[in-house]
Amino acid sequence: MTYVAKNLTTGGRELIAFRVGGQEFCVNIMSVREIRGWTPAIAMPHAPSYMLGIVNLRGAVLPIIDFSARLGMKAAEPTVRHVIIVAQVKSQVVGLLVDAVSDILTVSDGDIQPTPDIASDFERSFARGVLAIEGRMICLVELDQVFPHEEREAA
Amino acid sequence: MDMNEIKEIFFQECEEQLAELESGLLRLNDGDRDPETVNAVFRAVHSIKGGAGAFGLDDLVSFAHVFETTLDCVRSNRLEPNQDVLKVMLKSADVLADLTNAARDGGSVDEARSRQLIKELEALANGELPQAAVSEPAAKPAPPAAPVPAPAPAPVVNDEGFQPVAFSFDDFEASEPPAIEPSTFEILFRPKSELYAKGNDATLLLRDLSRLGEMSIHCDMDELPALGSMNPEAAYFAWKISLKTDKGEEAIRSVFEFAEWDCELDVALAGGNAGAGEELPMQPVPFDLSLLDGDVSASSGAAEDDEQVVAQREARDEAVSAAATASNVLQMAQTARASAESAKSASPASAAQAAAQQAASAATPTIRVDLDRVDRLINLVGELVINQAMLSQSVIENDTNGTSSINMGLEELQQLTREIQDSVMAIRAQPVKPVFQRMSRIVREIADMTGKSVRLVTEGENTEVDKTVIDKLAEPLTHMIRNAVDHGLETPEKRVAAGKNPEGTVRLTAKHRSGRIVIELADDGAGINREKVRQKAIDNDLIAADANLSDEEIDNLIFHAGFSTADKISDISGRGVGMDVVKRSIQALGGRINISSKPGQGSVFTMSLPLTLAVLDGMVVTVANQTLVVPLTAIVETLQPEASAIHSFGASQRLISIRNSFCPLVDVGRILNFRAIQANPVDGVALLVESEGGGQRALMVDAIQGQRQVVIKSLEANYTHVPGIAAATILGDGRVALILDVDAIVAASRGQTLKPEMSLAAAG
Repeated sequence: MTYVAKNLTTGGRELIAFRVGGQEFCVNIMSVREIRGWTPAIAMPHAPSYMLGIVNLRGAVLPIIDFSARLGMKAAEPTVRHVIIVAQVKSQVVGLLVDAVSDILTVSDGDIQPTPDIASDFERSFARGVLAIEGRMICLVELDQVFPHEEREAA
Repeated sequence: MDMNEIKEIFFQECEEQLAELESGLLRLNDGDRDPETVNAVFRAVHSIKGGAGAFGLDDLVSFAHVFETTLDCVRSNRLEPNQDVLKVMLKSADVLADLTNAARDGGSVDEARSRQLIKELEALANGELPQAAVSEPAAKPAPPAAPVPAPAPAPVVNDEGFQPVAFSFDDFEASEPPAIEPSTFEILFRPKSELYAKGNDATLLLRDLSRLGEMSIHCDMDELPALGSMNPEAAYFAWKISLKTDKGEEAIRSVFEFAEWDCELDVALAGGNAGAGEELPMQPVPFDLSLLDGDVSASSGAAEDDEQVVAQREARDEAVSAAATASNVLQMAQTARASAESAKSASPASAAQAAAQQAASAATPTIRVDLDRVDRLINLVGELVINQAMLSQSVIENDTNGTSSINMGLEELQQLTREIQDSVMAIRAQPVKPVFQRMSRIVREIADMTGKSVRLVTEGENTEVDKTVIDKLAEPLTHMIRNAVDHGLETPEKRVAAGKNPEGTVRLTAKHRSGRIVIELADDGAGINREKVRQKAIDNDLIAADANLSDEEIDNLIFHAGFSTADKISDISGRGVGMDVVKRSIQALGGRINISSKPGQGSVFTMSLPLTLAVLDGMVVTVANQTLVVPLTAIVETLQPEASAIHSFGASQRLISIRNSFCPLVDVGRILNFRAIQANPVDGVALLVESEGGGQRALMVDAIQGQRQVVIKSLEANYTHVPGIAAATILGDGRVALILDVDAIVAASRGQTLKPEMSLAAAG
């Protein structure tokens, strides 16, 4: 309720910030279903390297993406201290393995700066923009681009 | 509940009514002449018309109205439901279904077709009317005081609304001629509780009635029990109405049009028959209202009325019991009475049966549920089963005594969960009937298009299968039926020349066999022309010109993509769906399809499908430290390979000899990329599998853990299709395991690579 109220009055939005490989990222809180600890995943054959496998999420099959590897950074070595952000985009539910969840931010659209043009196409494809908060730089992530899609296999 | 929801319910009901309509017509087509069947058909159309009227679906209403009129002719024996008539009616049922679908989904309807059918229906209704009138002149003058309830909803009114009746009352011959001038009707209106339950109001009906003319009403409260024993939802009041009107009986009945199934309604002309009371035992009337003639102002004669009513009740009872001894007139009386009472007329012989049917339908009330809700429930029960297994495991690990109460309770829990699982699965089980019924329409259409005469025989349509299987069955079945009629059956001339019945038969059978449903489609046509198939295959470079193929192998060629034996592309074939699509969709259901064909005698297609797509019997195995599940249906046998049985074949292939035949060995771990090099077969277990593509393979796994039923979880929902993997499941310890797609693995071992289909745009 408070979220809705805030949204209505300020036009702002809430984001969940997390750390991966020393960098900070954030996603819209509305797409986050839950946050849970790391449990070993079952490997999938023929999966891309960032695909850690699948785990049981209360009876549904939840694929886990290593966010770091997905962005082309160093693959994570998951420990119990790692965190899985269970996020939903459209009908798909996917888990993102991240180092830690750091913050919940309330920002207005004006706080979001466009992605700097130094970024390569790859980074630009999932970065929606950057935020400057208390001297930190936080990258706003477009989850849709991070998730696996069958229809994009041609590319 | 908003309008859309109500409309949705209406359309759902329409579907039921349409099914009822079609099955009724088909029963009639098979020679069933039970009046109840005719009534059921009539009711179906009538209900659709009623509902459609409420929603302003004019096209539907006008077509249903014409259809109903013609059906009414059948109902009142003015039209013999012979083959020709039924052909038109079956087509009309199809159009009615199209119109309903169009009204729901906004699709289009073949208007020329419906116009044509409207003409044909009207011709049937009109063409037969004069004959009926000629053959039964005695019935033409409206029988006064005759309580025969003419079919209530107004058909096309071309005879001032009086229904010719199938029998005559000689006693009444001398009575008044049918009146256009004001005449007095005696009406008995006894609502049932259903009338109120459906939102009708007796007072409103009576008010409508009062608009027709001068009316006096007497409320019959005899049935009213003492306050203590009163059921608040029951209907206790009846009304005796005397109405002086110039509108005719039809107008009176039309007031009750939407209530007619839910009340007892007698409409009779008053007067001219005061002496009828003496003949009461012979009167088929529950209440001979003509007795009230001298005393229509109800209140003053209440006591008298009661006396008479009691007398008449006795008389009526006598009449009914006398009917059992079956004098002709009384049979009619009984029929009339039954129809008045329950709106379901039935001959005495079938009255009991009809009653039993009614009782049966009352005994199994049903509800409609969203499939999503059931799926959610099934999912939860699956979780429950897993949790229960986890609990059992930890209890065992904690080493409690076997007789402890915990173990007892656990056992009970196990039993309960299993029972819940079974019951939930049963919710989704549905008879294949709706799909089979749809097929009769396909057969009709194709038969029309090809000019063939075809009879569809269905068996075992009450065989139950999971709803998801039923839904996916329609498409392949439709295609196969089209094929059977178009390619399988010969033209009537050829059939006659071959000494066969010019009418071809297509037989559709469903039955349960060892935990699967087997659906068989047999035609008595010419069988597969193997020469032609072979030639076609050679032309298409599918086989070498000198290939030596068995009959079965040739038959199986028709499952190849792009294969059609039709000489020319007709309306029916050449639509881009071949038997290969049929085969693929059957396989996607975890099923198999087989052909057996005898030249000159026809072909039989046999499909074997799992009863449900939600659970699967699997063998749990380990491969490279991964737990996998192999569908049990694919496994022929398991064996421990000995070193002497393994033979290298070329650089990387290995064969295993099983009883002197060689079978390629496939390392599952290697083919799924779980390990880089092939494991030593002697360390593992070989699963001999038979794939749909034909041919056996020995799948190498590291160890077998056991056999169990697993709940199938979709991988595609959150992930994507994984080559070589059919789905996932969750094991008793809560871990996920992958279910092997045996066919894909076998295909991969033939050289088709298991390519990772998923590669993200940004992955590289």
